Amino acid sequence: MLRSPAFRSFRMAAWLGWQIESNWTDPFLFAIYSIIKPLAAAGILVVMYRVVTQQAFDTPMFAYLYLGNAFYQYVSAVTTGVSWAVIDDREHYRTLKYIYVAPLNIPLYLFGRGVARFLTTSFAVLIIILFGVGFLKMPLALSTIQWPLLIVSLVLGTLMLGLVGLILAGITLLTARHSYYIGDAVAGALFLFTGAIFPLEVLPAYLRPIGYALPITYWLELMRRALVGRVAQAFPTFSALSDGQLLALLALMTLALGIISLVVFRWCERLARERGLIDYTSNY
Amino acid sequence: MTTETHLDDLAIKTEALSRIYKIRGAKKGEMRERVALEDINLSIPRGELFGLLGPNGAGKTTLIKILTTLLSPTRGRAWVAGFDVVRESDKVRPRINMVSGGETSGYGLLTVRENLWMFAQFYGIPSRQAHQRIQTLLEMIGLADRANTKSSDLSTGLRQKMNIVRGFMTDPEVLFLDEPTLGLDVQAAREVRAFIRRWMDENPSRTILLTTHYMQEAEELCDRVAIIHEGRILACDTPDHLKQEVQHEAIFQLLVETEQPLNSLALENLPGVLRLHHQWMNGGLQLEISLAEEGVLPLVIGELERQQAHLRSLQKRQPSLEDVFVQLVGLRMEEVERERGNGYHPNTQE
Repeated sequence: MLRSPAFRSFRMAAWLGWQIESNWTDPFLFAIYSIIKPLAAAGILVVMYRVVTQQAFDTPMFAYLYLGNAFYQYVSAVTTGVSWAVIDDREHYRTLKYIYVAPLNIPLYLFGRGVARFLTTSFAVLIIILFGVGFLKMPLALSTIQWPLLIVSLVLGTLMLGLVGLILAGITLLTARHSYYIGDAVAGALFLFTGAIFPLEVLPAYLRPIGYALPITYWLELMRRALVGRVAQAFPTFSALSDGQLLALLALMTLALGIISLVVFRWCERLARERGLIDYTSNY
Repeated sequence: MTTETHLDDLAIKTEALSRIYKIRGAKKGEMRERVALEDINLSIPRGELFGLLGPNGAGKTTLIKILTTLLSPTRGRAWVAGFDVVRESDKVRPRINMVSGGETSGYGLLTVRENLWMFAQFYGIPSRQAHQRIQTLLEMIGLADRANTKSSDLSTGLRQKMNIVRGFMTDPEVLFLDEPTLGLDVQAAREVRAFIRRWMDENPSRTILLTTHYMQEAEELCDRVAIIHEGRILACDTPDHLKQEVQHEAIFQLLVETEQPLNSLALENLPGVLRLHHQWMNGGLQLEISLAEEGVLPLVIGELERQQAHLRSLQKRQPSLEDVFVQLVGLRMEEVERERGNGYHPNTQE
């Protein structure tokens, strides 16, 4: 027997996830889809911004909004990528029971299944940012990017989103219906509260605590600071906090989320075993 | 003897294992209970091919789900390979594998070989060794020529064979086969049974728990058989010992021709007639009749003549597990399944 269950769970799930994600008849079509879809999504926002601000693409607000929206693509992709695997294996491939019978680390298996979505989304985010720099005058220069902060934030943020996905995967184990959209639904619901396209100060005061309680808000701010530091710091939300403080806060929140998500997932698993839902197919 | 001493020698042990499902009732908020397993006590030593025989809905799959850690029992305890299936499920899983029949599970976008290799990796089998095992098993089961076919392009039977290889390739200490030949054609079912037997013969420490509702499969394969009905084990012994329970009976098959409905009650009420089943077959009426002794037969023939039924053939046959089941339950397995509304096709397995 080779390697730890944790390593092989993640590695093989990532391989499987990629096989599923890239299972397109025509790779060219897949590439086009991967470019067109995110650009179209960003395009809607850009057009709205253009109409409202009368083409003020060179203001700090545009970079704030554009980058926030670009990185927010990860929220839906990673959370759905992790939680979707439960639906996919249980309802579509009918293999979830064999996965559960195998000596695997299930949370790491689910994380692995989310890797493919992370990779395709990274490609899409890169395209969106390049488009912003090339055609919309976004003030981003390679020389001013804080690469260590970008990499650490991206890794920490992806882990954090994976943990959110794990909670959703647990809920998915217990529900037959509506689980197909759970990742998108959660991402959509949180969009307004995470400062993705406007600072939290725009929200009514009684709604702002929601944004401050969400690690996604801190992560988006860090990503913006890593790419366009001075521009991002012009906004009041986290101006009192240094990059290091923000990073520490994100790390602490991710740690807390890690504990919560594992507890929730194990609890959901226990309930699923009690109710006989591990291999339940609803044909919904 | 302590529980621990027992567990060393046993592949599977259950103590008063019960499972009750809560089902939504017809009215809103109403919950009903359905007993799927009740007080199951089993001890299966290592190296045994143990059969669980019963109609659909008897509780066979529920038992397998509990033993493979997929389902929690409502009461009682179970151990597999010496470990508690609830408290030590992480120690149970590396030692077991499972194959369910009659389903089309598998990643259809992967080839047969890729599917199997991936599962081998899940179990930590080194890649080269995995490829060797896969090739050997594919050849044994007659699927080698389809190794590079996407599994979505396989027929149900071939997919089932792929799943069987998936279960065997990890060389588990305890293998659970849940209706492994369900849905297979006669030839494929025969090949699978031969494959199972050969695998057991290769290594005497291997254990299989096989569920089936095919009498012949249980009789042909199993060292011991438990007959399960409505969640309870009614009998458990070797097929020969079980059949000895009904050995004292004389069982006859008669084919008669009659133009008017047969009064079967009159036949059943004859002294010495234990059980009677009849069905229309090949233009005649086939009777299967269990008698307390052979001497009762003239009475039966006399009654048939009185009812103007003409005897076309008469055959004495040896008792089978079907007779054991009938003796225990009072109905044939197909009758139980018909009552439950399940599709039972006794002729699909020969």
